[in-house]
Amino acid sequence: MNRYGLKEKIELRINHATHHIEVDVRDTLLDALRDQLGLTGTKRGCDMGECGACTVLMDGKPINSCMLLAVDVMGRNIMTIEGLAQDELHPIQQAFVENGAVQCGFCTPGMILTAKAFLDHCSNPTDDDVRQAISGNLCRCTGYRKIVEAILDAASRLRRGKRHV
Amino acid sequence: MKTFEYITPETIDEALELLGEGAQILAGGTDLLGEMKRGLATPKRLINLKGIQGLADIRSIPDGFLTIGSLATLSHLAEHPLVAQHYPLLIEALQRTASPQIRNIATVGGNLCQRPRCWYYRHSAFPCIRKHGEGCFAMGGQDRYHAIFGGHRCFIVHPSDLAPALMALDAEVRIAHADDSRIVPLTDFFVGPRDSLTQENILTRQEILTAIRIPVPPDNAYGTYLKVSERKATDFALASVAVSIAWLDTQVTHARVVLGGVAPVPWRVKQVEEMLIGDELSGKRIERACERAVDDATPLRHNRYKVALVKGLLRKALHAAHRSREKGEK
Ligand SMILES: Cc1cc2nc3c(=O)[nH]c(=O)nc-3n(C[C@H](O)[C@H](O)[C@H](O)COP(=O)(O)OP(=O)(O)OC[C@H]3O[C@@H](n4cnc5c(N)ncnc54)[C@H](O)[C@@H]3O)c2cc1C
Ligand code: FES
Ligand code: FES
Repeated sequence: MNRYGLKEKIELRINHATHHIEVDVRDTLLDALRDQLGLTGTKRGCDMGECGACTVLMDGKPINSCMLLAVDVMGRNIMTIEGLAQDELHPIQQAFVENGAVQCGFCTPGMILTAKAFLDHCSNPTDDDVRQAISGNLCRCTGYRKIVEAILDAASRLRRGKRHV
Repeated sequence: MKTFEYITPETIDEALELLGEGAQILAGGTDLLGEMKRGLATPKRLINLKGIQGLADIRSIPDGFLTIGSLATLSHLAEHPLVAQHYPLLIEALQRTASPQIRNIATVGGNLCQRPRCWYYRHSAFPCIRKHGEGCFAMGGQDRYHAIFGGHRCFIVHPSDLAPALMALDAEVRIAHADDSRIVPLTDFFVGPRDSLTQENILTRQEILTAIRIPVPPDNAYGTYLKVSERKATDFALASVAVSIAWLDTQVTHARVVLGGVAPVPWRVKQVEEMLIGDELSGKRIERACERAVDDATPLRHNRYKVALVKGLLRKALHAAHRSREKGEK
């Protein structure tokens, strides 16, 4: 049985690296990412689970990092937007750039990670599948049309990529 | 947020021992963390159930029940093959619950135990009766999202989409207590404002909801869950209806009709179920059923529209049921 008090040293696995940090037991994963680790690609919108700006992947699935305590995600694999690009932009990021799917950019990291988790399981989605998949990510600028197009484009890029390897 | 002690027990017994004054259960945390951030919940001790082995399992057991561990996430449940096979109504409810991200964290038990979403309750500036305060601010205030059935000094609606769906499937819940554990029909789990103004279910501070059991539906059963909300995703029901119907030939032999988003508890309309059983599901009968469902509605100043929503949803659900039977006949 694990007990934690006010301040705790914890181990987090983020973007394939292990981090040892001290957190307040009240800190959410979002607090830890932004304030302790400086991974500010993960955005704080509502802090209430409503907007999806704080989306990260936990064991490959999109979750709201504002709705989980940092002490609660030890032993899980977390991926943030900083972990997505390797040497060059990830095909989903490239598709967002080329399709003009970014306006203010606040929703973009969450949107892209949600799209990543979705395309990992669905290689040939319809417009409707994409809209369902991103239904937990609010965008106040684009009207979603270009985001959906970018994700469909990313899907075809990823399919092409796979055929070459 | 007030600080707390955070404990992850490994067994239910350990968890039960840790319960008591000031302690609160943490499942997915998607409701509780919101309450803590707003200062509505101030636990001194959080008992995290995620360390308990097996509590998230979903199993079919030989006696014909599907047993869902209370810690199973909503997305895990929605992806389970047995659910797709036997309980499409549940899948419809799950797909309309919150957002994909929330569903990846939120648990089935937490969904049934979630606190109300009434904006006066959720706002720290309103000391309402559900927070041991004075009265109900919705009375004479902004009441358009509130109850049209079963209100009494408090007019919250129960926010869960799963609850009406599970109730229409005759689900039961297993409740663990240090001395014993008991199984209670979901219909007896929820508590309206006449019985309590500060809690929405029968759980005491010494108890944990450990599992939900659903029987295999009767032969030839059809079920559907329909929901209206202002936004399609990440939004609570203005009104919803869960319907489960079974037939022998053309005669309805089994009917469950449960409404969501319109009463402080998931609102089972037995008078409609009774009038549907023993007859065909004709257009006329469906119309009568819809009228009957809202017979005892007592809308507030700004939520009369919910009466029309309930009728419209029920009409749609019963016609869909009727069509499905006709299709099955061919
Ligand atoms: C943005 C947003 C949109 C939402 N939209 C919807 C929607 O459309 N439909 C809907 O149905 N819900 C909706 N919800 C609510 C969501 O489904 C619930 O927050 C979630 O299901 C709660 O589960 P949890 O595991 O996170 O519970 P927690 O937050 O961990 O717990 C909730 C409460 O139940 C208690 N509890 C939890 N598990 C147990 C147990 N096993 N035994 C005893 N007590 C327990 C906790 O102490 C706490 O008081 C929404 C939530 C958010 C944040
Ligand atoms: S910041 Fe987490 S959902 Fe909005
Ligand atoms: S680009 Fe501004 S919120 Fe989506």
